[in-house]
Amino acid sequence: MTAEITKSGEDIEELEQRKSAIAAIVGPTITLLALVALWEVLARWSGIPSWLLPAPSAIGEAMVDWRGELTVHFMVTLYEVLVGFALSIVVSIPLAVAVVYSPFLQNTIYPILLALQSMPKVAIAPLLVLWIGFGVLPKVLVVFLVCFFPIVVATASGLSAVPPPLLDLIRSLSATQYQTFIKIRFPTAIPHIFVGFKIAITFAVIGGVIGEFVGSDQGLGYLILISTSQSRTPLAFGALLLLTIMSIVLYYAVELVERLVIPWAPKN
Amino acid sequence: MPKIKIENLFKIYNSRSGRISALEDINLEIDQNEFITLAGPSGCGKSTLLKVIGALVRPSRGNLLYDDEALLKPTRDVGIVFQEPVLLPWRTAIENVLLPAEILGLDANTSRARALDLLSLVGLTGFESSYPRELSGGMQQRVAICRALIHNPSVLLMDEPFAALDAMTREELGFELLRIWDTYKKTVIFVTHNIGEAILLADRVIAMSPRPGRIAKILKIDLPRPRTLDMEFTREFKAYSDQIRSVIYHHGVVAR
Repeated sequence: MTAEITKSGEDIEELEQRKSAIAAIVGPTITLLALVALWEVLARWSGIPSWLLPAPSAIGEAMVDWRGELTVHFMVTLYEVLVGFALSIVVSIPLAVAVVYSPFLQNTIYPILLALQSMPKVAIAPLLVLWIGFGVLPKVLVVFLVCFFPIVVATASGLSAVPPPLLDLIRSLSATQYQTFIKIRFPTAIPHIFVGFKIAITFAVIGGVIGEFVGSDQGLGYLILISTSQSRTPLAFGALLLLTIMSIVLYYAVELVERLVIPWAPKN
Repeated sequence: MPKIKIENLFKIYNSRSGRISALEDINLEIDQNEFITLAGPSGCGKSTLLKVIGALVRPSRGNLLYDDEALLKPTRDVGIVFQEPVLLPWRTAIENVLLPAEILGLDANTSRARALDLLSLVGLTGFESSYPRELSGGMQQRVAICRALIHNPSVLLMDEPFAALDAMTREELGFELLRIWDTYKKTVIFVTHNIGEAILLADRVIAMSPRPGRIAKILKIDLPRPRTLDMEFTREFKAYSDQIRSVIYHHGVVAR
């Protein structure tokens, strides 16, 4: 079935571009719907109990029944993710600038950052709870920790990506460091910075859930823990689905901002 | 008084494999409004010499003088064009041309008018608001030439500016450059590894030989101006190119 869809998709690709664009949406949608239908059928007729593998319809039902709770926990997790992500942007970009401009900082801070990045965040999370408590703050910090490294690395490499002849040109005009940064280096770095943002935002949701798993009384991560322990598996799946949607929507939101900020980028 | 004077100039790089002599005992006088081409095989130090003339690379020994005064750091009297256009992708053609004017803090209105003049001189009227990605390679290089001229420097340094272009665009731009040179009266120092291009553009060709980079021969080109493409088929032209080739072959760089 899947093979047939792929094949017909390829046939269309050879036709007009618009048709292939439609096919690019229709193909995956049909595949997804087919998989959900298959799942429904298997879950209903295989005799697997709902607490082990709920049918999509049961998940949908649970989501409707628990919509109030889900909304509250969704907002908590979203808040942690957004604040942590914003915090990482605010810290990472100046840090990257400092690292690029100061060889001393490059030699001293980079190894520390690398060490910090190498520590498993799951292992740090309990310590944060120990130090700061059960509130939202430790989750925000876990999100911050998973986000900031990709942004620092991407920003630093972007700031260093100016073509050498351009630097010669600027030097021949005796431009100040400030002019070089504002007119050349930083704009050059922007597309790189967005690569960092896109990697970071996909980690951000994971970070938030890790924080909630370790110690929490709210958030979708907490809801998954509680509902699985009470065998409310359809609800856990519902929360999982919401987390996935959150992650995807945030990713595309970053991409949308990127397209608005970088109108000169070639479309791909 | 020569515009630029180079006296007993050496450039030595220290590398892991030892000291590399990039330029050895260079002596050269370049007159105001002269068109000089630096020709030679890769590794002969012609690009290094160009950077030394732009005061972007400091010589290990020797002097660089502009108007009889030693030049130790870059001067705004110089415009530079590289092999790649290196335009800023987030700026339109005219905004790219205006970059040096902004850095130097020149009057915005005057600079804008001048940028429009320059762009029209290279046939880019109507493309002022285009982004680099919307322009062909030749058009981008034309923008880069305008950018080098916006602050009205008297010296134009060009490092193989047409090497990345196709043969036809290359010839077209060569003649356009001669027209600009004629209109604005600049001292041009033009690096190339294309012997025909070197002769067709220049008042004098400086033929260089590699390892160490040295001036092998200075050749005055007496072809009449304005130059035309069919001059390439004259006896004089062939004589010039034979002389340059013999210098290069003599040093055993290019195998026949």
